Amino acid sequence: MGDHHHGPAKGLSRWLFTTNHKDIGTMYLWFSFAMFILGGTFAMIIRAELFQPGMQLVEPGFFNQMTTLHGLVMVFGAIMPSFVGLANWLIPMMIGAPDMALPRMNNWSFWILPPGFLMLASTLFMEGGAPAFGWTFYAPLSTTYAAPSVTFFIFAIHVLGISSIMGSINIIATIMNMRAPGMTYMKMPLFVWTWFITAFLLVAVMPVLAGAVTMMLMDIHFGTSFFSAAGGGDPVLFQHIFWFFGHPEVYIIILPAFGVVSQVIPAFSRKPLFGYASMVYATAAIAILSFVVWAHHMYTVGMPVAGELFFMYATMLIAVPTGVKVFNWVSTMWRGSLSFETPMLFSIGFLVLFTIGGFTGLMLSIAPADFQYHDTYFVVAHFHYVMVAGAVFSMTSAVYFWLPKWTGRMYNETMGKVHFWISFVGFNVTFFPQHFVGLAGMPRRVPDYALQFADFNMMSSIGAFVYGASQIMFLYNVIATIVSGEKVSDEQVWDGAEGLEWTLPTPAPYHTFEVPPKIEATPAHG
Amino acid sequence: MAATEHAPAGYEKYHVPDSSSLAVRATVGLILTVFGAGLLLNDMTFGETHESGNAKWVLAAGLVFFIFTLASWFRTTIRENMQGMNSAQLNHSYVLGMFWFIFSEVMFFFAFFGTLFYVRQLAGPWLAGEGDGGRMNGLLWPGFEFSWPPTITPQEAVGGTDIQPIANNGAFLTQERSMSFADAHHWYQWLPMWNTIILLSSSFTVHVAHTALLKDQRSKFNLWLGITVALGIIFVGLQAAEYYEAYVLFGLTLNSGIYGSTFFMLTGFHGFHVFMGMTMLLIQLLRSVRGHHFTASDHFGFEASSWYWHFVDVVWVFLFLFVYIL
Ligand code: HEM
Ligand SMILES: [Cu+2]
Repeated sequence: MGDHHHGPAKGLSRWLFTTNHKDIGTMYLWFSFAMFILGGTFAMIIRAELFQPGMQLVEPGFFNQMTTLHGLVMVFGAIMPSFVGLANWLIPMMIGAPDMALPRMNNWSFWILPPGFLMLASTLFMEGGAPAFGWTFYAPLSTTYAAPSVTFFIFAIHVLGISSIMGSINIIATIMNMRAPGMTYMKMPLFVWTWFITAFLLVAVMPVLAGAVTMMLMDIHFGTSFFSAAGGGDPVLFQHIFWFFGHPEVYIIILPAFGVVSQVIPAFSRKPLFGYASMVYATAAIAILSFVVWAHHMYTVGMPVAGELFFMYATMLIAVPTGVKVFNWVSTMWRGSLSFETPMLFSIGFLVLFTIGGFTGLMLSIAPADFQYHDTYFVVAHFHYVMVAGAVFSMTSAVYFWLPKWTGRMYNETMGKVHFWISFVGFNVTFFPQHFVGLAGMPRRVPDYALQFADFNMMSSIGAFVYGASQIMFLYNVIATIVSGEKVSDEQVWDGAEGLEWTLPTPAPYHTFEVPPKIEATPAHG
Repeated sequence: MAATEHAPAGYEKYHVPDSSSLAVRATVGLILTVFGAGLLLNDMTFGETHESGNAKWVLAAGLVFFIFTLASWFRTTIRENMQGMNSAQLNHSYVLGMFWFIFSEVMFFFAFFGTLFYVRQLAGPWLAGEGDGGRMNGLLWPGFEFSWPPTITPQEAVGGTDIQPIANNGAFLTQERSMSFADAHHWYQWLPMWNTIILLSSSFTVHVAHTALLKDQRSKFNLWLGITVALGIIFVGLQAAEYYEAYVLFGLTLNSGIYGSTFFMLTGFHGFHVFMGMTMLLIQLLRSVRGHHFTASDHFGFEASSWYWHFVDVVWVFLFLFVYIL
């Protein structure tokens, strides 16, 4: 692959004006890490306040702002953009395309994110404070009773939504239109498949979220009554619209993570992925089902019994394709020639902990039981098992896995392993006890708690500080690799890794596959 | 899997554009726009005008900057195409982009239609005492009865904002007359019907224009496209007349409870989309008349605009059915 094309421009303009999928991917990844640190800081404030019962550090109102911004920044700023960054780097290299289908729009999708988040973060300094109504921003908390900064929150959501929609349109067009000859749909690596389906989910539900915040805007500023019963509207309507977006959103978060794990586990098991086709169908099934389960977040709002039952059974149904996936990952490892480098450790960590999160999800899906669990720390434990140990662990795995290919340098393996073990232990010390306090009835989003929850909360806080601190090690390891890591001697990097991206030189040149590669006729998956 | 360096026969290089300042400029425009809009709305509602009397200038500057950037963005892509830089594959990327963009718009409208159905089928009857939660009617909104179009808001049923303080964020006053067919005095005075006729015919005229273009009949194309644009302008004009009628004669406003909310948001967003589609078509017309753009085989700008036009037409059919007739 000759580098006859000119390389990157020099200085800041390279990043501002770039149309290169690798540059844009890099910017997304760094931006999302910055948001991860910011959201993490908010989490540390929350855990510091909850270290002991009683009021310690912050005002209750500020505590609410912290839980709200923590959730928003982590979901929309850290997790989602990180996977978009991964998609940018990898999808063209995995399907043999010269770049993303619409490169200038790609750049735009990224660049509206930082000012969007700046606007969101700036609400902290506005009169009345930042949004304090939780990341789910239920009306009327977010309309009638919200601080004026809610207006900027609404526009920030619009901006992030525009970014996500453009990003996913680009991904869909790339995958449908840019595959190298011979790269049929059923030969695409699973990461490409999961992102393909995720992108459909995004174009389908981000506009609905935009609709929800638009109705809020109108209720606040123009006297409409969408979410006000006095005018004939209904605050519960807000929850329906939000969760119609919100539940697919959790799969938007986890499906690309499934994709990563489906690349990493086969590589370190030195076996093709078990049940490739069933993985594709399971992903599609999960995505379709995710549109008809939203009201499992609303069992306690007073839905008719028929509604409770429908959403309960539909939710339980999702566990089936999810189970197929877990089964396939385990079967891939079965009798494999396993080795446990850092990416594999994080993927196995994902597998174990995500499965726990899936089980607690199943417990929550039982409507009568959820009347007890709802809005307690049990729910907090559930979604951190799927979002942190699920999405974030898999993202971490992905960075260790592909970093050598991106930079041409190897990260420090020992430090990587230490990072994993501290993360793993720190994570579980933080969130496992939350199952117990939740079952015992400790409500979420409250800055104080009853004395009997004190021990478990102190454990949680200590675990959180450990987990938080271990991310500094991750940052250090990545920077050290880029600056002075040992040069990778083997172009292939990992002997068991399969896929077009590994056939490229290391580090991957600025422009790749300007001429499409030829894909062998044999099926790529066993 | 092995990668080789040989291009398959007949492969056209996919044009990856050079680095470009368009995205950053568009970002500046967009962010200024939303920031200015936020300031302006907060001034309006929370009334601290002295703090940021500049809000409207921020908004205006943002909009102007944004619109100019988009214009130069489109000009760039048009030039690239005319210079022959676009392979068939690249053109297909634009097709996919437009298609999925329209799909996202469909989902945006879906949220508002879903709201309408939810209110009419579920929330309304519940507020009036039907179903499991019916007891709340006696406690919160005694005397409220539900119909569509509503003749009263729950707040009015209990006697105003002060009587029942729950869930009040303003005064909601029911309209004297609604826009629905049931409330129309004479069918020929009922604007939505005329608007339906206009919009449906405009979908037809844009199709005629397309057929003419496919046969390379330039003047016929210009004529029918011009008619389409004119119909679009008439539609927007009639819609403005309808809003005037609503506000001034019928007392139907955004504050008219959920009927006014759903009515204005659905028809308003639709009207805005008609305006956008009309502008897009107008630009295509100017391109054809002044620049002699488009050939029988290469006219994506026009095609994309016409898809958009058909899309707003379909949305209108649903609006006509569920907002005006049923
Ligand atoms: C087997 C699959 C899953 C099932 C059956 C399930 C079920 C549930 C249920 C019933 C709730 C509502 C609990 C309540 O509020 O009382 C819930 C909450 C939640 N779940 Fe899951 N879940 C599953 C997987 C996931 C995944 C993969 C994610 C994200 C990656 C996720 C993220 C969340 C979040 C964020 C919440 C809490 C939202 C909030 O109220 O703030 N879940 N889950
Ligand atoms: Cu859910």
